[in-house]
Amino acid sequence: MKEYQTITEISGPLVFAEVDEPVGYDEMVEIETPQGETLRGQVLESSEGLVSIQVFEGTGGIDRNASVRFLGETMKMPVTEDLLGRVLDGSGNPIDGGPEIVPDDRVDIVGEAINPYSREYPEEFIQTGVSAIDGMNTLVRGQKLPIFSGSGLPHNELALQIARQASVPEEEGDDEEGSEFAVIFGAMGITQEEANEFMQDFERTGALERSVVFMNLADDPAVERQVTPRLVLTTAEYLAFEKGYHVLVILTDITNYCEALREIGAAREEVPGRRGYPGYMYTDLAQLYERAGRIEGNEGSVTQIPILTMPGDDDTHPIPDLTGYITEGQIVMDRDLNSQGIEPPVNVLPSLSRLMDDGIGEGLTREDHGDVSDQMYAAYAEGEDLRDLVNIVGREALSERDNKFLDFADRFETEFIQQGYDTNRSIEETLDLGWDLLSMLPKEALNRIDEELIEKYYREDEAETAEVEA
Amino acid sequence: MSQAEDIESVDEDGVIESVSGPVVTATDLDARMNDVVYVGDEGLMGEVIEIEGNLTTIQVYEETSGVGPGEPVENTGEPLSVDLGPGMLNAIYDGVQRPLDELEEKMGSAFLDRGVDAPGIDFEREWEFTASVAEGEIVEPGDVIGKVPETASITHKVMVPPNYEGGEITSIETGEFTVDEVIAELDSGEEITMHQEWPVRRARPSDEKETPTEPLVSGQRILDGLFPIAKGGTAAIPGPFGSGKTVTQHQLAKWADADIVVYVGCGERGNEMTEVIEDFPELEDPKTGKPLMSRTCLIANTSNMPVAARESCIYTGITIAEYFRDMGYDVALMADSTSRWAEAMREISSRLEEMPGEEGYPAYLAARLSEFYERAGKFQLINGEEGSISVIGAVSPPGGDFSEPVTQNTLRIVKTFWALDADLAERRHFPSINWNESYSLYRQQLDPWFRENVAEDWPERRQWGVDVLDEEGELQEIVQLVGKDALPEDQQLTLEVARYLREAWLQQNAFHDVDTYCEPEKTYRMLGAIKTFNDEAFDALEAGVPVEEIQDVDAAPQLNRMGVADDWNEFIDELESDLKEQIRALY
Repeated sequence: MKEYQTITEISGPLVFAEVDEPVGYDEMVEIETPQGETLRGQVLESSEGLVSIQVFEGTGGIDRNASVRFLGETMKMPVTEDLLGRVLDGSGNPIDGGPEIVPDDRVDIVGEAINPYSREYPEEFIQTGVSAIDGMNTLVRGQKLPIFSGSGLPHNELALQIARQASVPEEEGDDEEGSEFAVIFGAMGITQEEANEFMQDFERTGALERSVVFMNLADDPAVERQVTPRLVLTTAEYLAFEKGYHVLVILTDITNYCEALREIGAAREEVPGRRGYPGYMYTDLAQLYERAGRIEGNEGSVTQIPILTMPGDDDTHPIPDLTGYITEGQIVMDRDLNSQGIEPPVNVLPSLSRLMDDGIGEGLTREDHGDVSDQMYAAYAEGEDLRDLVNIVGREALSERDNKFLDFADRFETEFIQQGYDTNRSIEETLDLGWDLLSMLPKEALNRIDEELIEKYYREDEAETAEVEA
Repeated sequence: MSQAEDIESVDEDGVIESVSGPVVTATDLDARMNDVVYVGDEGLMGEVIEIEGNLTTIQVYEETSGVGPGEPVENTGEPLSVDLGPGMLNAIYDGVQRPLDELEEKMGSAFLDRGVDAPGIDFEREWEFTASVAEGEIVEPGDVIGKVPETASITHKVMVPPNYEGGEITSIETGEFTVDEVIAELDSGEEITMHQEWPVRRARPSDEKETPTEPLVSGQRILDGLFPIAKGGTAAIPGPFGSGKTVTQHQLAKWADADIVVYVGCGERGNEMTEVIEDFPELEDPKTGKPLMSRTCLIANTSNMPVAARESCIYTGITIAEYFRDMGYDVALMADSTSRWAEAMREISSRLEEMPGEEGYPAYLAARLSEFYERAGKFQLINGEEGSISVIGAVSPPGGDFSEPVTQNTLRIVKTFWALDADLAERRHFPSINWNESYSLYRQQLDPWFRENVAEDWPERRQWGVDVLDEEGELQEIVQLVGKDALPEDQQLTLEVARYLREAWLQQNAFHDVDTYCEPEKTYRMLGAIKTFNDEAFDALEAGVPVEEIQDVDAAPQLNRMGVADDWNEFIDELESDLKEQIRALY
């Protein structure tokens, strides 16, 4: 391994060094400062005689006399099943004071694309116990379903609730001993306080045992944020596809990750794309999100719940926008619902789960699931529209039918969506609740539901109560 | 250059000078523009995209991690080409026509490794070739000389390659051959095999373009009914995420009445492609009853696969489409999504440090888009036959804003515009195609076909529907202010009719066994039933029946069940007579 003392330029997170031997693209680098500190970095661009290096820990302390060592390999993650229960920093070093990690294997963190031919289409229902998700935007194994949130909204509570409650109904029985379910938590640029919240919850519920936690905090170097999610996903793929675990990956906060991407892009003087984010952000994000999935003939699965805070609650901002184009739907948190005290404040209208249709129905959840969810969407959307009108003309001016839809929308929020972060509803409970609400509406208005199902599930008593109230 | 051929024509090799993501520069490489080269010790496939003095810039179709300066670059001396011949249907390729199933086998892993090559068609397999011309006949480029039963529904026609001279056949044989065995010889000395090669960036020749007059029937009511596309036409589906672009594309790939479907998944989700791979073999063509997969060729370059291959996958797709067009088939090509393709161009352009145009896209974006869409059309072929390529491109505008460059440049070219609407999607109105914003410039030229093949008054009935929906749009603005009950009764009734048009006719459930495909006759009759309701209701209103009573007749909500009705002819007959009877009983 050759050492160079040939740094020619230091700019932001980047260091440029002259070399007399070829260096591979993406190769790992160690830089030793005159103070004896060792910093790590990665080759961003390699040309004859000159390389640019991105330093993970920041370039503080580096001067032109610092020595540069090229390790001759791309970044690897040491993986082993023993990682479960451990807490690591954003570069993968243990910070929980536990024993040293003895790896079974060292895996390239960039990850290769899964051959679409080898994938298995995800269609196994995951019960999260949250009605807004299970009933309306069902999550399935191998899906990537982000939470679109805003600053100050309780996305962490929801993510924790999902991590705690997620189960696959049929297998509930044997979950006890065969802890084949694992959670990998990747924090990128979140505050110490938020991190504590997560850690306390993990410890309180005993979830830490089946979790691996990667922590890149707000005051850790931004460049490291580029590496953290890749370490997380490499670990997830190892546990899922080598060890047969069903892995749930929670990444928070993707917005911080993208900010880091922009910072590095700017330091490299790249041509910026929309709002200063690099033009390759779509490809870069896809390389993270697409690492969710199932593989044919393989037991395990990687399911992703990335969390992102939309700057200014704007879902056309490049971060949520590009994310939405890659992920299989989104769960959207709503500020209004939050201020009304709805827990979780999920606005189902802009939310979506693209893989829902194949994961629900007879034999998977219940025969009426698809129709009930469609009908509740349509009825809630109609109720929402009417609310605008009520503000202008008042309730009295509306027909009886319209008033029923208004009541439906209200009860949908306060009874169906509202459930608190500790309530775990089974899918049957969620759907029955749905029928309670739908039965307020006249049968003829249920145009999305098959007639046989209406006969079977429609609650005449609810209908009568609604009638009396009206 | 195709992967099939042995690399003998290796010119002088070059040496890598620098590596930055998918862009590699090399020195001392004697290459022409668009030549295919093999980069580095692992032999990663790439294409020459810029030559400046001694410096050649290459876009690499695979991950470049670990590749460094000093490694060799090998030139093949040939442009990026596809292998054409029997065996392309039923296949699934990546962006440079490597079969993904074979890659899985060769790599022995579910993950895509680097530096592995596989030919686009099977060179081992023997096909049953039947000659359709005899020795002594004169053949010209493009002429069909024989047939191969390729799949259950498609006969592969073997043609004289367009770049041949042609001449008298000196020998031709019927029998079992592999694709590169000679099946015919010409007096010009040319030998014909079932295998052709064609550079993807060059359109295959044709005689001339004609005006398309036949619709590409999609079985989707809003498309066939309101915004039809012609066989040989172009359409764009722009829409924000979650508005149903991919479902619409899938529906078209499944049900459009094309002979051949080429589906290009360009920079989209892996799971979606898997859905296609798993679903299509199980689906039946509504016309022939044969599996849909036997007429389909899939090209999948998902968003996490190398960006340069995303740039080329569109060209791979259209070249394959042109080859089947040359056999006289009607081909439909779906590209999902062209925005990802444009972004791949942008990414590579910015790595080349080219001067950016609008929103960072290269200045040649518009030219590339129109070049691509111009390869669609109804063609008079060089062998005198006719064939067509319809192109349907999804567009993913950032933030759902249609004023961005890719959407705008696409709209200047295509003649059918299906605008997807997030608002409709949110209320689960699918397909969420906005009927006010969408348009089809083919309506006029397709009307004669619909008159002849469906019903004489097709255009009039459609116009009635359009008018009602227009009127609803205007009335809704008033309703927003004063409420529905403040409107006069006839307008309330119009709103009710429009509601049925939206809910019973425009909405269509892609996941319902019956509703997923709607033949034009059924589209026509369903619209007719709603019109019957309209006519009867207005007669009743005139006779003094209050609007509530008319709306509440038992048969009316049945209109919503027409789409899912199995024996729709009978169902609609009955419904129409019920409607008449019940409404007339009111006065």
